[in-house]
Amino acid sequence: MSVNPATQTPKKSREPEGKPRRRRLSRKHSEWLAAALFIAPDGIGFLLFLGIPILLSLGLGFFQVSGFGGYAFVGLANYKRMFVDPLFIKSMTVTLIYVVVFVGGVFAASLGLALLVRQKMPFVGILRSAFFVPHVVSLVVIGVVWQFMLIPQRGVVNQFLEAVGIGSVSWLGRSELALATVLVVSIWVWMGYYMIIFLSGLQDIPREYYDAAKVDGARSWQVFRNVTWPLLKPTSFFVLLVSTVTGVAGVQAFDLIYVMTQGGPANSTALSIFYVYEQAFQFNDYGYAAAIASFLVLVLLIATAGMFLLTKGGRFEVD
Amino acid sequence: MALFVLASVLALLTAFPLIWMVITALKPANEVFDGRLIPAEPTFGNFVYVFTEVPFARYMLNSFFVASTVTVVALWFHSMAAYAMARLRFPGRDFVFFAFFSTILVSLPVILVPLFVLVREMGMVNNYLGLIIPPLFNAFGLFLLRQFYLGLPRELEESALVDGCGYWRVYWSIVLPLSRPILAALAVFFFLANWNSFLWPLTIIQNQDLWVVQQAIASFRGQYSASWNYIMAASTVAALPTLLLFFIFQKQLVESIKTSGFK
Repeated sequence: MSVNPATQTPKKSREPEGKPRRRRLSRKHSEWLAAALFIAPDGIGFLLFLGIPILLSLGLGFFQVSGFGGYAFVGLANYKRMFVDPLFIKSMTVTLIYVVVFVGGVFAASLGLALLVRQKMPFVGILRSAFFVPHVVSLVVIGVVWQFMLIPQRGVVNQFLEAVGIGSVSWLGRSELALATVLVVSIWVWMGYYMIIFLSGLQDIPREYYDAAKVDGARSWQVFRNVTWPLLKPTSFFVLLVSTVTGVAGVQAFDLIYVMTQGGPANSTALSIFYVYEQAFQFNDYGYAAAIASFLVLVLLIATAGMFLLTKGGRFEVD
Repeated sequence: MALFVLASVLALLTAFPLIWMVITALKPANEVFDGRLIPAEPTFGNFVYVFTEVPFARYMLNSFFVASTVTVVALWFHSMAAYAMARLRFPGRDFVFFAFFSTILVSLPVILVPLFVLVREMGMVNNYLGLIIPPLFNAFGLFLLRQFYLGLPRELEESALVDGCGYWRVYWSIVLPLSRPILAALAVFFFLANWNSFLWPLTIIQNQDLWVVQQAIASFRGQYSASWNYIMAASTVAALPTLLLFFIFQKQLVESIKTSGFK
């Protein structure tokens, strides 16, 4: 559908030159026309596949959708149901724990790695690549590989733990451990990505500051506290913001959960977006699923607005 | 030196799961759980099995077709729109850009249900159109391209316009060739993202002939849950194109991540 306007673009944007008898478009108007045609393919596509779904998702939450296409308006019923649905409340708790630990963990790990591989050392390029490489591989493959490594008794992780005397642990089979395990995998996948972002933030800090600190005889911790940390704040803010948004509503958590735990055991890893998927495509309850998704967006908006306010738009003038 | 040792150990630990995947893929079934780093009797049998007993080549081809089509078409659409928003003057330009840009916060899981309903109404469930068209529209590439065009010198384009070239000619013969570096970086990025995408294909494709490779892996794990040597071989094959792309285009990929840092 959206391909048609694109193929017309070359023809139509030449129109102003090609019609000598009629009054030619003024330069200004031909520029407008060209802009409209250049933007049309993306414009139509974004409107259709992002704009309309966004509006629909707000609306769909007010309907009860039955089997094949029957829509009944139910007002706030879906929203009211959320607050008495123990599985939904559980999923919000799981999401909260997941996001807080994920954001904190990935922040610390990626900043630590960035500071480490910023040092002069042999093969630094290869080391950086090793930290980044999990991010390149699909989450499905990642999930499958970890599941294989974590098999009780026979998996490589548990073989190692038995060899050092700790003993085998059912990492994904025990409800008090499964979420922690998924978190470790999530952090492992994403730390290389944020490491790159931190590295580029570190590069932007002018050398003179470090030279001056050296002349003053500052220790490395003091240098970090007084030079690196304050000047890295915009980058830190970006990392916090993006990791929060992707942690709550990104594809990352869904893929891993789907492959590694299916939300179990005992719903201990059922993140809200996974619950949305279950409601929609296992129980065919589109209305309820859409209501939960809208609620998540609302929570996310509040959280990100809060982050902007607390940090004065990422400038951190509170210090 | 101590830091180098620390970094090397951490790097090895980080890469270990992927190394383990490849090692296991080379082991015969009876060695899968022997815990050895080097297979006693390395074999390519698992790979042969994956390609002969399972239509894995078909899934790879589907993924390849979908990911490369999305990449090419998306780059084309985004570069046109980005050029217009960076260079052409028209009323409401900033608003238009902001409208596009604000969708960067919208992730697939959040609009999954309405998007699915919409795409189903358009008859694009269980076909390639559904796999290809919705993923085209993503503000990330559009944003980076516009930033890039804002930084390009205007002189070439302006003299071409004075010489009577149309906007299409300027875009096609001047702007596009100049944007080769960023197009290359984004191409790697788009291809990886679409090759690895799972949730959307999972949602709209039931027909096994149209499965992409990620769906195949996810369902293998259920079907062949005891035969981890096959599953690891399939995973290795699915990861291989992304690993190759990464090692060849590492620099471009890292650049595009850095520029996305909103510096």
